[in-house]
Amino acid sequence: MAIVTCSNKACTINPLKMSQPIGGAFAFLGLRGAMPLLHGSQGCTSFGLTLLVRHFKEAVPLQTTAMSEVSTVLGGYENVEQAVLNIYKRVKPEIIGISSTGVTETKGDDVEAFIRLIRQNHPHLEKFPLVYVSTPDFKDAFQDGWAKTVARLVEVLVDPLDPAAPRDCSRVNVLPGCHLTPGDLDELRTIFEDFGLRPSILPDISGSLDGHIPDDFTPTTIGGIGVDEIATMGQGVWTIAIGAQMRRAAEAMQAKTGAPFRLFERLCGLVPSDEFVTFLSEISGKPVPAKYRRQRGQLADAMLDAHFHIGGRRLAIGAEPDLLFDISSMLHEMGAEVTAAVTTTASPVLERVKAQEVVIGDLEDLEELAKARDCNLLICHSHGRQAAARLNIPFYRAGFPMFDRLGAAHQMSVSYRGTRELIFDLANLIIADREDNHQPTPATWKINGAGLRAVPPQLN
Amino acid sequence: MTSLSATIQNVFNEPNCAKNANKSEAARKKGCTKQLQPGGAAGGCAFDGAKIALQPFTDVAHLVHGPIACEGNSWDNRGSASSGSDLWRRSFTTDMHEIDVVFGGEKRLYKAIKEIIAKYDPAAIFVYQTCVPAMIGDDINAVCKIASAKFGKSVIPVNSPGFVGSKNLGSKLAGEALLEYVIGTQEPDCTTPYDINLIGEFNLSGELWQIKPLLDEIGIRILSCISGDGKYREIASSHRARAAMMVCSKAMINVASKMRERYGIPFFEGSFYGIQDTSDALRKIARMLIERGAPPQLMERTEAAVAREEAKAWAAIERFKPRFAGKKVLLITGGVKSWSVVAALQEAGLEIVGTSVKKSTSEDKERIQKLVGHDAHMIEDLTPREIYKMLKGAKADIMLSGGKSQFVALKAATPWLDINQERCHAYMGYVGIVKLMEEVDKALYNPIWDQLRRPAPWDEAEINWQAKALAQVDVSAAGGTPTLLGAARAPYAKRTRSRKTVELSIIEECIPTHGSTTVGAMPQDTHASVPAQPMSALQAAE
Repeated sequence: MAIVTCSNKACTINPLKMSQPIGGAFAFLGLRGAMPLLHGSQGCTSFGLTLLVRHFKEAVPLQTTAMSEVSTVLGGYENVEQAVLNIYKRVKPEIIGISSTGVTETKGDDVEAFIRLIRQNHPHLEKFPLVYVSTPDFKDAFQDGWAKTVARLVEVLVDPLDPAAPRDCSRVNVLPGCHLTPGDLDELRTIFEDFGLRPSILPDISGSLDGHIPDDFTPTTIGGIGVDEIATMGQGVWTIAIGAQMRRAAEAMQAKTGAPFRLFERLCGLVPSDEFVTFLSEISGKPVPAKYRRQRGQLADAMLDAHFHIGGRRLAIGAEPDLLFDISSMLHEMGAEVTAAVTTTASPVLERVKAQEVVIGDLEDLEELAKARDCNLLICHSHGRQAAARLNIPFYRAGFPMFDRLGAAHQMSVSYRGTRELIFDLANLIIADREDNHQPTPATWKINGAGLRAVPPQLN
Repeated sequence: MTSLSATIQNVFNEPNCAKNANKSEAARKKGCTKQLQPGGAAGGCAFDGAKIALQPFTDVAHLVHGPIACEGNSWDNRGSASSGSDLWRRSFTTDMHEIDVVFGGEKRLYKAIKEIIAKYDPAAIFVYQTCVPAMIGDDINAVCKIASAKFGKSVIPVNSPGFVGSKNLGSKLAGEALLEYVIGTQEPDCTTPYDINLIGEFNLSGELWQIKPLLDEIGIRILSCISGDGKYREIASSHRARAAMMVCSKAMINVASKMRERYGIPFFEGSFYGIQDTSDALRKIARMLIERGAPPQLMERTEAAVAREEAKAWAAIERFKPRFAGKKVLLITGGVKSWSVVAALQEAGLEIVGTSVKKSTSEDKERIQKLVGHDAHMIEDLTPREIYKMLKGAKADIMLSGGKSQFVALKAATPWLDINQERCHAYMGYVGIVKLMEEVDKALYNPIWDQLRRPAPWDEAEINWQAKALAQVDVSAAGGTPTLLGAARAPYAKRTRSRKTVELSIIEECIPTHGSTTVGAMPQDTHASVPAQPMSALQAAE
């Protein structure tokens, strides 16, 4: 059981955290024909846009209400109205998702009221899907913005269902956390389909940010779940939420449609994957397909091969709570020691991280802890690169953003197959590091004051 | 001390800006920031601009006072290079929380400054104001003043919150902060008649180092570069330079023009992109220095270096001519670059089908006209959709632009090259332009393009099948009405493409659709090409 502490510095140095509205906009990007809109000054959007573009290496639709100093003080109704009208006219989206930012929250713009007024003044927008989520920059983090937005999407867009009406037995709702990649979602979809289940994934970034090439140019998202499909999610028999952050959305779904939900806090690792396929087998009434029996064997073998290298590693990890919990637990189960753990925001899973303590802090904290505790494996998003270079330890990039390597969208961590790949990647990184930096020399076991150095450095 | 709005007014009243000089008095007062359009804007904010302008200073701590968005979403994202300290790459922010918004963030800011000095002891601290603390009235000027006095360290407020305007305005406001708090506060160890300032050069991908060896050889010293690979002490003593060059950008024109006003440092606007421009710029620097008292031999050395490097560069570009013959370029960039690389591209045999002039002045436009001929090549503003159409229609073989429009080109399977700030190659000076040609060549002749433009195998098969099927429909239409139309045909197309016969499933589907009950009706309903095959399939099923 880990003790969760808060860094008490006035100055955040090398932030791990990104802001809430970007997480919110990210969730909207998993909808088809969507245009996320940040209610704030145009920098709020342009920074977020650059971040998303550099991560996915894709064109990303994201707009701004372009608040000026004056409009911020006087209130942003006109800006929101104009932005919605402009976007509606120019790019013909299927949905506009609005996230607030620090500056408009400081003023206290009542955007829900703005939306009602816009619908009143422009009758052609009366039924048009406009979803607003309050996501001030000065509270919470990226992951919270995603979680709040998905919960709000469920509340606004899912049609309520008569509990007595028959449900579609093959249909399930999937609510993935923001720590899953498009590659993860693709894998999950395949698994569901192999059990004869039809998943509705909300939000589905695998349709929109997986890097496929569309036939024509579209200014909105080029895939993802449609508003029409979200509306009918009530027909699903089960809701499957992935990551503790999705509890709120899953509860909203249950309240709205009466469908029970099952929350999987982790999908990385042998035991979590076992639980997952067992559950799918139960709800589908189908035996686990041979394919997954074979994949389980492959994962077991990968664990055997890799435990020599991963076992005993002192891990320093900086990630948002759900990703941190998922990956660090898997590595703990592989024999690694979670020596330094830093995260961005509060979460119920943190105290169950297999570490002495989890710090809500920044990358300076992580770097100092890693140095003090002699860590020899670093897992973090790309901003960890400076720390990794100074610490000179193997560095695995995980999470968002990953802007200095390619293929972020397809890096996997879920299920037997994703876990297997992750384990191989990590083990190879460690092997390469040993070859490059820790080859034995005649001086490795030299005699010092107390005789032969009893414990050679870098055992693993 | 002037208020922020007064500073902004002051910045807009820039007599040395060509665009500004052409405006009426009233228009000038209104300033040059366009009213941003909600739902249609794409650029960065004033804070972004200020950060871009100052971030390349390497030995100072850049502290952003605001909630996590401003710094957490944007740090370590530009490719400036440093020859010394890496402090500038670290990120410092007050990460304001709700409680700071309620009670004010000044104390937190002060503590943050204290922590940074204790831990990193930087040459100076730049404190950037952002929207939220500006809204709630945090007085960063006062905090910086107190902290400077208390800690004996330069703590400089950069008052450029995002919502006051565009990126360009932010760069100018950053310049104002330099003018007010930094420039002229220290003296250089020594001065020479060969000292220059480079203003608005950010050393992206280390491109400054493509020019510096030449200046070194000619005997010209860069006293300070604002702000590429900049050091605090250099800029603080930059007022002793003999001449200045404003590199490729009007973003910091206020710094150049006020340094001329205050310290009598003459400046010119030039560019190191392209062979001719590089030579012109070097000559101009030499001439200015000579006018201000440097020995005239400087020009001889300059001419010798220019002649040697030009000859080498042209010879290198010559190699590309046969490979570039008939290739068309679309250039989407801003301001000076819209013409400064054009000459080099043309010299290498490329044809310019268009260059954007959105951010160009009338002077820029004149130069483009001289280079490419008529107006049709000048593009005021191109939407992504239009660019896509242009590229898909093969109106251009390669696009050169900034990172934001790259996916438009790549998704149209058209070669693309980054010539803006996120690029990973340096394109300055004589070596840079040759490198640019090399990159254009690599992009144009990469074998992936032919592969990517090939249709997928199933697409091809489908087209063939459809063509065949349509031909059959035409034939049967002569005898009677075809029963399978439009949409209904598509799924069958997929299923029958691999086998030339009609599959059982199609036949089964036909039974409820057409009410076919006899074997004889089947071939007609399924439009099977060979009547014998479906019949046998059906019989086999029975």
